[in-house]
Amino acid sequence: MPTLPTLAAGCILASLVLYALTGGADFGGGVWELLNHGPRAEARKRLIIHAIGPVWETNHVWVIIAVVVLFTAFPRAFAVLSTALFVPLTLVLAGIVLRGSAFAFHAHRPHEEGGAGWWGGVFAGASLFTPFLLGVVLGAVSTGAVRGEGPSSLVGGTGAWLAPFPLSVGGLALASSAYLAAVYLILETDDPELKEDFRRRALGALALVSLLSAAIPFLSAGGAPEFHRDLTGSWWSVPLMGANALAALGAVVSLSTRAYPLARACAAAQVTLLLAGWGMAQHPYLVRPDLPISSSAASPEMLRLLLIILAAGGVLLFPAIYLLFRVFKKKALFGG
Amino acid sequence: MAELDLARAQMAMLFAFHILFAVAGMGMPVLMVLAECAHLRTRKPVYAELARRWGRGTAVLFAVGAVSGTVLSFELGLLWPRFMEFAGGVIGLPFALEGFAFFTEAIFLGIYLYGWDKVPPPLHLAAGCLVALGGILSGVFVVASNAWMNSPAGFTLLGGRPADVSPLAAMANPGWKTEAIHMTLAAFAASGFAVAGIHAFRLLREPRNGFHRVALGIALSVGGVAAVLQPVSGDMSARFLARNQPVKLAAMEGQFRTQRGAPLRIGGLPDPAEETTRYAIEIPGALSLLAFHDPDAEVVGLSAFPRDERPNPVPVHLAFQVMVGCGIALAAVGAAGAILGWKRRERLFSRPFLCAVVACGPLGLLAVEAGWVVTELGRQPWVIHKVMRTSDAVTPVSGLALPFAFFTIIYLALGVFAVRFLRKEMAESPFFPAGDGDSPTVSGEV
Repeated sequence: MPTLPTLAAGCILASLVLYALTGGADFGGGVWELLNHGPRAEARKRLIIHAIGPVWETNHVWVIIAVVVLFTAFPRAFAVLSTALFVPLTLVLAGIVLRGSAFAFHAHRPHEEGGAGWWGGVFAGASLFTPFLLGVVLGAVSTGAVRGEGPSSLVGGTGAWLAPFPLSVGGLALASSAYLAAVYLILETDDPELKEDFRRRALGALALVSLLSAAIPFLSAGGAPEFHRDLTGSWWSVPLMGANALAALGAVVSLSTRAYPLARACAAAQVTLLLAGWGMAQHPYLVRPDLPISSSAASPEMLRLLLIILAAGGVLLFPAIYLLFRVFKKKALFGG
Repeated sequence: MAELDLARAQMAMLFAFHILFAVAGMGMPVLMVLAECAHLRTRKPVYAELARRWGRGTAVLFAVGAVSGTVLSFELGLLWPRFMEFAGGVIGLPFALEGFAFFTEAIFLGIYLYGWDKVPPPLHLAAGCLVALGGILSGVFVVASNAWMNSPAGFTLLGGRPADVSPLAAMANPGWKTEAIHMTLAAFAASGFAVAGIHAFRLLREPRNGFHRVALGIALSVGGVAAVLQPVSGDMSARFLARNQPVKLAAMEGQFRTQRGAPLRIGGLPDPAEETTRYAIEIPGALSLLAFHDPDAEVVGLSAFPRDERPNPVPVHLAFQVMVGCGIALAAVGAAGAILGWKRRERLFSRPFLCAVVACGPLGLLAVEAGWVVTELGRQPWVIHKVMRTSDAVTPVSGLALPFAFFTIIYLALGVFAVRFLRKEMAESPFFPAGDGDSPTVSGEV
């Protein structure tokens, strides 16, 4: 039976996975809006907005859950991360604000705000740097350069995130968002030309995701040595990487044979396995090397109540989310 | 400016912006649900159109509130890491509950907005009700953590850290009930009057448009009821402060001397150096009466506290005057509306009354901002009352002018876009002929 702090840390990871699979894909939709050129550009843009509209707000809440569980269950880690990674986190917030509000203006008044001009560029640019910097933050947490030793010391901002390893994790997060979005969007339309458009994009993004997924274990050797040791030297390392490679292969085959629901399952599995791998290599630390999960947690009383709330909330929440997706993603998700 | 002042200025700016949208997120869904109820009961298309349009406004205001709220949840740590290190493990629960309330709001707002033709009417209405419930609960939970900063509970202090933590006792802190009621009523009054003001403005131009008439009726009912009830809640808050946070009450009232039969000061300017409040209209014994329901009761003054534990009474007193002034204006117009509209609804649409409603449009939001200034500046120099000083909570990161400027520019642009969006929505409002049958039938709620 895992301990209370491990369960709480697991909840943070689960929220991040759900955020990547839903909100991440919404940012990925913004990436394709930004790179939208050539024939059928207008139709693609409409499809993206139409697909994201009803679920945007709900998907966004996962990141709030992650941060709330982090500061409730691991207040010290929240303080350490907030100071050390002040700059990338501030930029992430700017990206969330710009993309979120631009999306709302745009979705409810198409052909106007948030679509064109200089601000349009800023808004679309937010779709690029937000998932990128979120990935950079995850990478930086593993480098060992974010320090929080001593009972009350807080060092100022660090430049640890401006290193090849965290930046490549950022690149992987961005590529994964775009990849998920492209795969999901294939199933959102009946237009065969649009399907082909996004199929090509999905294959391109998949190549990039695979390349970065393969490169990161090597990059981590220099940039995050202890993380590297656990990522590559644990009993689960080979099965995990094998499963990831299998999912990638499955995605290639199913995209090539146009078996789209299977492609979506493979893509979601890839992203889940990437984050699970990060979490397992990070275990038993929340922030390497000073904040182990076990000793930086809030009181057991708080953890117990928090986990009860999360469980009870989940029981109410998941049926509601199911209803939401059932109403708006009936065809894409439920095939009818 | 010192880094601490920059951090405080940034936090104040982020809150001042967010609270407007948070208030709309609590109040607007109630308006849109009432419009839909009226439609289901009367089958008149004007109500359906109104519910759709209010829903669209809600969506945009909610979206901006959602992202600016996300910013705040991170900025708590970015600007005040030592506060969060202390408080996270004590008062985190209401934030987690707020997360789920927020989820409810987001999920069912999606169903509400995009589901008009996709889900059956009862389910659609239920979705709207859940949006409203989620909005209200979000506010109530978040306020629990602010109330805890004013009346900390659920832990003992051991070597500067919290020990014996009881998260439920922290959440159920003594200040929660009064603050939550006050904030919820404020949200309904502010959004009700802001919406009523907009529709009254349009009615001055096209007095026969039934669309704006029914809209005004619903918005004014909600805003008016809340505004009339708010003084009761304000009285509860004042009495709570008199017992639990007397230094804040003293700053609000410009009361320097501890005295029996303390007067209520209307207006005036506190002078901290001379320890007196000048130019105020004083009503003898009235402060004692309000704070303790006894005209001879003793009210503790600011001078009873060490100088480095006093808030600056100048902004606190002035903001308090603004809040109360706005609140009284709203309650008066709300009551006048109830009396005017009671017998003959037509009288609500007379020019003088419409002008009064237009004038009240911004006052509710102004009162919310002023009230926030009162409660936040009135708690200084503490971030957690008598437990942690704001200056001890601030981040060691320097160069805070940059993020402050950065977010100010972004929020200014966002504010401009939001206002432009709402103006365009208003400019395209439809015309429905005004007839007796079209007047709103929610008068029972006035």
